[in-house]
Amino acid sequence: MKKRKMIKIAGTAVVVLTSLYLLQRLLVPKYATDVVEGALIAEYYQEEKDHDVIFIGDCEVYENFSPAVLWEEYGINSYIRGSAQQLIWQSYYLLEDTLRYEKPKVVIFNVLSMQYNEPQREAYNRMTLEGMRWSVSKVNAIRASMTKDENFLDYVFPLLRYHSRWSEVGAEDVAGMFDTPKVSHNGYYMRVDVKPAENVPEGRILADYRFGDNAYDYLDRITKLCKENGITLILVKAPSLYPYWYEEWDAQMEDYAEENGLLYINFLELTEETGLDFSTDTYDAGLHLNLSGAEKITRYLGEVLVEKTGLPDRRGEEHLSEIWEEKIDAYEQEKEEQYEKINGSDDNGSASFCRMRG
Amino acid sequence: MLFTSYEFLGFLAAVFLLYYLIPKRFQWGLLLVCSYVFYFFAGPSYLLYILATTATTYFTACRIGKLGEKQKAYIKSVKETLSKDERKAYKEKMKGRQWKWLLACLLINLGILAVVKYTNFAISNVNGLLRIAGSAKQFGFLDIALPMGISFYTFQALGYLIDVYRGTVPAEKNPFKLALFVSFFPQLVQGPISRFGDLAKSLFAQHAFCGKTVSYGLQRILWGYFKKLVIADRILAGVNTLIRDTDAYRGAYVFVGMLFYALELYADFTGGIDITIGIAETLGITVKENFNRPYFSKSIKEYWRRWHITMGTWFTDYIFYPISVCKPMLKFSKFARARFGEAVGKRMPVYLSSFAVWFATGIWHGASWNFIVWGLGNWAVIMISQELEPLYARFHNRFSVQGKFGFKLFQVIRTVLLMSCLRTFDCYRNVPLTFRMFGTMFTEWNWRILWDGSLLRIGLGGLDYILLALGVLLLTAVSLLQRTGSVRDKIAEKPYPVRFLVWYGLFLIVLLAGAYGAGYDASQFIYNQF
Repeated sequence: MKKRKMIKIAGTAVVVLTSLYLLQRLLVPKYATDVVEGALIAEYYQEEKDHDVIFIGDCEVYENFSPAVLWEEYGINSYIRGSAQQLIWQSYYLLEDTLRYEKPKVVIFNVLSMQYNEPQREAYNRMTLEGMRWSVSKVNAIRASMTKDENFLDYVFPLLRYHSRWSEVGAEDVAGMFDTPKVSHNGYYMRVDVKPAENVPEGRILADYRFGDNAYDYLDRITKLCKENGITLILVKAPSLYPYWYEEWDAQMEDYAEENGLLYINFLELTEETGLDFSTDTYDAGLHLNLSGAEKITRYLGEVLVEKTGLPDRRGEEHLSEIWEEKIDAYEQEKEEQYEKINGSDDNGSASFCRMRG
Repeated sequence: MLFTSYEFLGFLAAVFLLYYLIPKRFQWGLLLVCSYVFYFFAGPSYLLYILATTATTYFTACRIGKLGEKQKAYIKSVKETLSKDERKAYKEKMKGRQWKWLLACLLINLGILAVVKYTNFAISNVNGLLRIAGSAKQFGFLDIALPMGISFYTFQALGYLIDVYRGTVPAEKNPFKLALFVSFFPQLVQGPISRFGDLAKSLFAQHAFCGKTVSYGLQRILWGYFKKLVIADRILAGVNTLIRDTDAYRGAYVFVGMLFYALELYADFTGGIDITIGIAETLGITVKENFNRPYFSKSIKEYWRRWHITMGTWFTDYIFYPISVCKPMLKFSKFARARFGEAVGKRMPVYLSSFAVWFATGIWHGASWNFIVWGLGNWAVIMISQELEPLYARFHNRFSVQGKFGFKLFQVIRTVLLMSCLRTFDCYRNVPLTFRMFGTMFTEWNWRILWDGSLLRIGLGGLDYILLALGVLLLTAVSLLQRTGSVRDKIAEKPYPVRFLVWYGLFLIVLLAGAYGAGYDASQFIYNQF
């Protein structure tokens, strides 16, 4: 009798837990074809972790730098742990998380997120945090990022957050329950279409240009973490024309870099050196670079990395070369497909891509 | 801590575990601590109010109880020596002393309630009168927050005190037990208004874990969440749209809003009470039912016997009867009979007492004229129904429809519509606006909105309507099943797979179709505000 009862309880528990797990897998967004930026953070865990360079930051890293170019031209093995509107505390915890798996020689942090001192929007938080594997870093990242309407439990059990998605479940959700296709090239989100930058708006006047204490605190933490682990930290400002990067902000970053002995590269001031042309090298009128633009500034960055950090050329490593051979094939294939799409459509192909602004 | 928050569910789980893990003699003590923790989260300063009410009630009840005991002991000791008249005089003297204590405590506690709940209402009325009189003088409003559940716990405490005064229940000697009776957390938010005689025994008793009771309690909680999250909070978006934009949503929209609000209120309030009773049940405590399928009532009078039952009986026992039999009322009754004749004269005290009850019911619900007018509207409908009874009797003599399904259905629909009409005062919360909006149902003929897709643009989509329709069907089916006994008993008789499917299915419906979390406007229970 007791045995039967135990079997009944165990059976019930299995049915309940399995069904809830399956429901959760079904209902969480897959970010496979729509707003693919949401899938970037999770892809890192599928990688073999032996990177020389790790990028952290918002869309200005995952759209503006191409790890494939760094490999092909400099033999540098890099990965971008970027996500849409990645806030600086998220960058810090992502770096902490990365260090659980590997110790890169260089970390490149894009400083645009210094403008945010407080949590911003749940949608962006989700795209950064949900992809992270569970760890103390993830817990801290969630706690630091939650807006006042968010609840920690919704991150632990995403079903509670996405429970009402049953009305919009599609084939992509079913197909992606256990396996989602790769959407990036070592964290780089490729776009080959062109939308020239015209009439870029000036930044509005701000009451206070000083970055917030919280942002500085996390920048200090990133600096400290890199120092403790013997990692060279490089601060960059990608050459996106908008959101506007103020001179006052730039000066603060220059000062910070100088005080902490860091290299700071503002690509907005290097358009001649990089050869950037905003009539051909951006796909959204200057917010982000397209493939052509990304490859240009990556080449410049590669030179800097070799020159300033002395990163070795690893193209001679057989195992790594094999991995990259596959990656480059996929990179070239997507490039080709995107160009084909553009050539096959009248509207420059933009309608084929769906994204959120990072 | 809202009943619908994760924090509350966590709190509940902790209370439940501790309750059955600690020695049974400490169970009620734990509930007291938990109730105060719960109340602390609502607002630390609110604790002062509930402590004041508990302390004054405890002290007064003890005094009244002691006076009662003294009287009994004295009468017993002098039974042989005092005459019947002397004993009667002594009893009256002691009753008078008890009355003074009771009155003092009533004044203190109703005074607290009046200050926190009605001061700004009074000030706004005085300001209005000053404006009418042409005075530029205006009084500032008090910045005072309404403590959670104050109307409920004040009435519960005063009910106990009156019962002690009447000798129906003995004065509770243990102040902490009384504190628990006043503050028992599941019913602190929105009632029911329990009587000491009904609740105390199971509240202070020692409860061993009983699988069936706990499981029944959990089922009741789940059913409550279904009503609240799947129905009430889902339709809330539509109700808010219709009520807030009174320029755009007139005519037939008012009718729709009226029905939607009736459904929202029913699902919200009965759902909340289901959760309350269910929580108590999991702890082995019996809380009195507050509803008895009110939307199946055939008249407004019957509706009020089946809706918010504990409030209705409170007003009847502690306001209606005392006023009906008080000396001035008896004198007035005598005068009315002499002046207006037997038929009218004997009704006058009832009507006046009912008027007082409905005025109190209205103002208890909220410190604004719309609630008073709503309360008096109920009174008017009930009185008119009573006056029309001879007419109904003649109708039934002529047409034999009484008891027939069609006629019963007509009566039920009529009651629902009448109640919904009266509830529009609650919707718009402004008396002239309510009359104006109600009038547009007859002056602005836009009934095509019922089928031309306009109702899909009020914050509710097609899926919402489908869910709501299924929800109402389920509510109706359960109500019909309840007529022949407990639905939980009926389900419990089924084989395990069927039971599992029913309850796990309901859980999944709440989980997936519940309007909670980001993207939904989390709403408090409507009766929290009272």
